[in-house]
Amino acid sequence: MKPLMKTGALSALLLLCAGVALAGPGDVGQVAKQPINMTAIAMFLVFVLFTLGITYWAAKRTSSTSDFYTAGGGITGFQNGLAIAGDYMSAATLLGLSSMVFLRGFDGFVYTISFFIGWPVILFLLAERMRNLGRFTFADIASYRLHQGSIRTFAAFGSLTVVCFYLIVQMVGAGQLIKLLFGLDYPIAVVVVGVLMVVYVTFGGMIATTWVQIIKAVLLLSGGLLMLGLAMSHFGFSIETLASSAVDAHKDGAAIMHPGSLLADPVTAVSLSLGLVFGTAALPHIMMRFFTVPNAKEARKSVFVASGFIGLFFIVVCLLGLAAIVIVGKDPQFFENGDIGGKLLGGNNMPVMHLAKAVGGDLFLGFLSAVAFATILAVVSGLALAGASSIAHDIYARVIKKGQASEAEEMRVSKIASIGLGVVAVILGIMFEKQNVAFLVGLTFGIAASANFPVLVLSIYWKGLTTRGALIGGIVGLVSAVTFVVLSKAVWVVVLGFEHAVFPYEQPALFSMPLAFFFTWLFSVTDKSARAAVDVSGFRDQNVRAQTGIGAAAASAH
Amino acid sequence: MSNEIYRRVEADPAYQQLVQRRGRLALLLSVTTLVAYYAFMAVVAFAPTALSPTIFEGGTLTIGAPIGAALILGSWLLTGWYVRKANTEFDQLTHAIAERAK
Repeated sequence: MKPLMKTGALSALLLLCAGVALAGPGDVGQVAKQPINMTAIAMFLVFVLFTLGITYWAAKRTSSTSDFYTAGGGITGFQNGLAIAGDYMSAATLLGLSSMVFLRGFDGFVYTISFFIGWPVILFLLAERMRNLGRFTFADIASYRLHQGSIRTFAAFGSLTVVCFYLIVQMVGAGQLIKLLFGLDYPIAVVVVGVLMVVYVTFGGMIATTWVQIIKAVLLLSGGLLMLGLAMSHFGFSIETLASSAVDAHKDGAAIMHPGSLLADPVTAVSLSLGLVFGTAALPHIMMRFFTVPNAKEARKSVFVASGFIGLFFIVVCLLGLAAIVIVGKDPQFFENGDIGGKLLGGNNMPVMHLAKAVGGDLFLGFLSAVAFATILAVVSGLALAGASSIAHDIYARVIKKGQASEAEEMRVSKIASIGLGVVAVILGIMFEKQNVAFLVGLTFGIAASANFPVLVLSIYWKGLTTRGALIGGIVGLVSAVTFVVLSKAVWVVVLGFEHAVFPYEQPALFSMPLAFFFTWLFSVTDKSARAAVDVSGFRDQNVRAQTGIGAAAASAH
Repeated sequence: MSNEIYRRVEADPAYQQLVQRRGRLALLLSVTTLVAYYAFMAVVAFAPTALSPTIFEGGTLTIGAPIGAALILGSWLLTGWYVRKANTEFDQLTHAIAERAK
């Protein structure tokens, strides 16, 4: 029973780190449809109308490719920080982390910290260099001094793979969540998400996507704080009172205040945290955010603002989980058949939603449901935009047209690409409805951390990197991450039906990342080609630009 | 951007100083953050009882809670420190270097 619970909890984590709120593999496809929730739908419609208004406004300001991909670099550090926080404070972190605390107490808090800790490191080592070197995409950085055609194609392919897998996870999660919160049918929910995403991205580009993200971040943060205030009033605003009531109410008693068994497997824990820290840094839609600010100064400021809001939100979420132990865990109306300690209505991810109802009534529950839906919309929009820029900017304009495409042509391709991605996302979302998508999350972060991240960081920091080394190392990272995930329990046993997993861990990063780094190194230092000499000699200029930003694209004001 | 500007920048002693000082600070802060985090995780994994004493005599909250919160708050404050240094001191240096290289 114990190992089973552990993997269940870990897959919950994998899911929530990808932005999906499902308790575990077993829950996918088994969420009961709820009665139609009119308050939630009405509030969501208000959000949609408002954001469509913003899209209309943004469309008038989106005339160049630079506007489309990066809002012309005219977003301020504070705005971008809120938008990054919006990307990270997903419906899943709200539901998933709070439910972790609700079920397991202190262990949930430990995971929350793991989700946070990558941000400072991204700031110290990557943010400003990425801003100084890139223009629109991650491929811009990777191919700065390496061979344009091959490295750009590889980087674009890596980005698109991550975007597509992540979109599937988001679409499936969105469908399930909406079915649960709004009482809408799964296919309707997926189509609504797909259509709105395409409208935001195609017409409003990065300006609309950024503002959707900002509005959602503010709503989520203020909703969370308000709920915390309402909940804490039950405990006289004392955390000690809250903690002791939680210990009294929880079936594990005082154990919820100590680290439990979740981290009994350190290999999985380390692998998970590596994937989270470095995978996050290499997600295309997160990297893209650094190009929306005018300079390195604003890029740094945005990480400071983002990590402040993320940290605050995470602590709020943990306290909400703790409060739910007392307020939700003792109230029969939230359990199936009124059986306290039995199955929670709507599944294990619902504690914070039930808490909303308990402290704020149906109106507040409706508000929070609408915010959760808005959150998914914002994340998929960012993904679609990142995918569209890989197709239009990297593959079409740079590789196929070799930089000769006109602005208008590139814009047209990027819009066609976002519509195409929307259609693909809806089709895949419907195809995968009954599938277990847990493995896709491991895959997404595994590929980001093992294929994209080594190429990104070595191209910025290591002079000796050559085109051959980057290509081979990147492909090794990609293939090994995919292989490890396929051989792990999530695919080998759950999807393919074999009895025992060949690869005993759920997260590939601890193994596939070193492999990628090693092969990149090996095939770079042994590379004596003429191209290698060009690659290495290009580092000098690149480094001056990375350090100073001299020559980096200037911004336009909006 | 012509190579000559980059050569002039490289030759500027202030540039060397910038690269060295900023690089050292970034490395120091990253290592601090990661060491603190992985030390915490190691205690959680291998010596969980070390976090069990309660804050108040006879209370419920364990010292693990404020230590965890301090990790989040502390690493955020480090980002604040870095941003402040970089946006004032380092950016002034960078700006002067760019002006001289023009």
